[in-house]
Amino acid sequence: MSNPTKARRGRIMVTPEGISLPITIGTRGARVGALLLDFTFLYLGMIAILLIFVLLLGSLFSTVLDGLEEQVSGVAEFFIVVIILFAFMARYAYFLSMEMGPRGATWGKRIVGLRVAARDGGRLTAEAVIARNLIRDIELFLPLAFILSASGGDGGNAGLAAAIWFAIFLGFPLLNKDALRAGDLIAGTWVVEAPRTKLADVMSTQGAASGTSGVTGTTYEFGEQELSIYGEHELQTLERLLRNDNDDALISVHQTICRKIGWAPGAGDERAFLEAFYSQLRARLEADMRFGKRKKNKFS
Amino acid sequence: MKAPRVSNWFGRAAMAAPVDIETAALRSDRFRLEREGDWTRLEDILKRMEGGSLRRVSDEDLLALPALYRTAASSLSVARETSLDAATLRYLESLVQRAWFQVYGPRQGLFAWLRGFLLGGWSRAVREIWLDICIALAVMVAGTIVGWLLVAQDREWYYALVPSQFTDSRVPGATREQLLESLATKDDAGGLSIFAASLFSNNAGVAILAFALGFAFGIPSLMLLMHNMAVLGAMMWLFAGQGLELEFAAWLSVHGTTELFAILLAGAAGMHIGRSMAFPGDRTIMAAAAESGRRGAMVMTGVVLMMVVAAILEAFPRQLVGGTPDRLLIGATFLALWIAYFFAYRPAQTEGQP
Repeated sequence: MSNPTKARRGRIMVTPEGISLPITIGTRGARVGALLLDFTFLYLGMIAILLIFVLLLGSLFSTVLDGLEEQVSGVAEFFIVVIILFAFMARYAYFLSMEMGPRGATWGKRIVGLRVAARDGGRLTAEAVIARNLIRDIELFLPLAFILSASGGDGGNAGLAAAIWFAIFLGFPLLNKDALRAGDLIAGTWVVEAPRTKLADVMSTQGAASGTSGVTGTTYEFGEQELSIYGEHELQTLERLLRNDNDDALISVHQTICRKIGWAPGAGDERAFLEAFYSQLRARLEADMRFGKRKKNKFS
Repeated sequence: MKAPRVSNWFGRAAMAAPVDIETAALRSDRFRLEREGDWTRLEDILKRMEGGSLRRVSDEDLLALPALYRTAASSLSVARETSLDAATLRYLESLVQRAWFQVYGPRQGLFAWLRGFLLGGWSRAVREIWLDICIALAVMVAGTIVGWLLVAQDREWYYALVPSQFTDSRVPGATREQLLESLATKDDAGGLSIFAASLFSNNAGVAILAFALGFAFGIPSLMLLMHNMAVLGAMMWLFAGQGLELEFAAWLSVHGTTELFAILLAGAAGMHIGRSMAFPGDRTIMAAAAESGRRGAMVMTGVVLMMVVAAILEAFPRQLVGGTPDRLLIGATFLALWIAYFFAYRPAQTEGQP
């Protein structure tokens, strides 16, 4: 957790097996983005389905449109009722079926890398998903409608009071540290980041991990003195550098380490040096770890 | 190690050349290499499950999932104590988290849930909030009486209570014929516009509001129910003044029994949440809110369905059926159906159903 804002969003969730898992709360910005994406998909989908209807039932549809002003025929009327119901239900069906699915996320959430989870570490139930989606209307659409009408001065003091009440709903995610909206609070859920990390390569089977450089044939051996300078934080920083494989960074780190341990920095074999240093430092720190001795960073 | 390797270009199969465990210099890397196979198998199963194709996961893999999940979880616990390989730790954390989501994910899809909901889950949730329903019902009856009494004492109250959309011809001083006219079937108005209007306007809004306001310990819910029923009471007074109370009740009951029942349930659901937050017992407030919220959501899903039914009733039968006895019959039938469904229909709860 090098990033302080990310550390602030980190939480520990305990699974029923008693294993603590670090999870990261989704940012509010990402969630707004996911919501906008979802609504874009929904409206595009509805327009597409309506277009298909128009193409398939073109003549019927034009009768319906004509009939809107005058008396509508029975079939056409029924047809419009179906469309209204469809539009009414489509939103719920989209959100509910997606969040009840194995990914626990709508397309919008998947794109920004979020998913819904139960706050207590237990099972995410269907009721919880429904609860958090029902409340969305109350906390998103009603507030907007009320605030708009209250600013018009229609409702008088009662309207203003209602607008303030709903503004609290709307601002709810900003008022708590887990970025819960009212629906999450009621449903006992939260929205967390869904990481997908690939298994990286093993460090100690490659390169100069054994100590001998493939380029120059030099064998790097570090003594007790040299290895006792750094701690776990530096080790993992070095690991990240080696995995990223940026030559400039490797050269500057190589020089820093050489200066620190009092070696004369050479040139051309930085990677092998760092790989050897990494694996020997890690072997030492891990050996200490087995005896319950941990060195957090170079200061401890 | 990041040098491009030819094997990368041939995808997974070519990449899976096993690393000789003995070549690993570090004990923690040997630990990892020994267990890597299980992890990648788990990851593979997860990927297929997350793809939404449970059918492509073989029974064998599905049975292995919990065991693989526990293996990965215990690997994570061990690795945390013995390994300083940050990338592997991060991978394991994300793997265990993903597996946890699958093992403890939602157990049923929308349609399976909906079936369980209609076949018992809904009525069970309604019965579970019986106390709140009783309170809300008492408040609604009281509201009607208060509305009636207020208007009976001072007719100015009528204009204060009844929203302007209802005060077309239905005002104090209107003749019996005018009032009867407002109850008659309308041939000119299409059922359609009424359907759309009634679904999205007044009544659905009242129901949702009654639920939403429950958060403030239920008090605003009760006030809202009170106010809306006072409107009803005032209008009843108006029609009763011309001896039309039965006609008015019949006109209202066609969709009103369904709609008022839905508003009653919505108010009760809101109050249920508010009440459990005010008196959480030995749970935390958050846990109490979550528990009652799930129950309230079940009831509210049903309320949405009832609103659709009420809108259909309001749009079509009410405009088509003119006779007072027929209207009363429709209204009473629906009321009886709802009551029977909620309180007499008690199927046994099956495992995993809501």
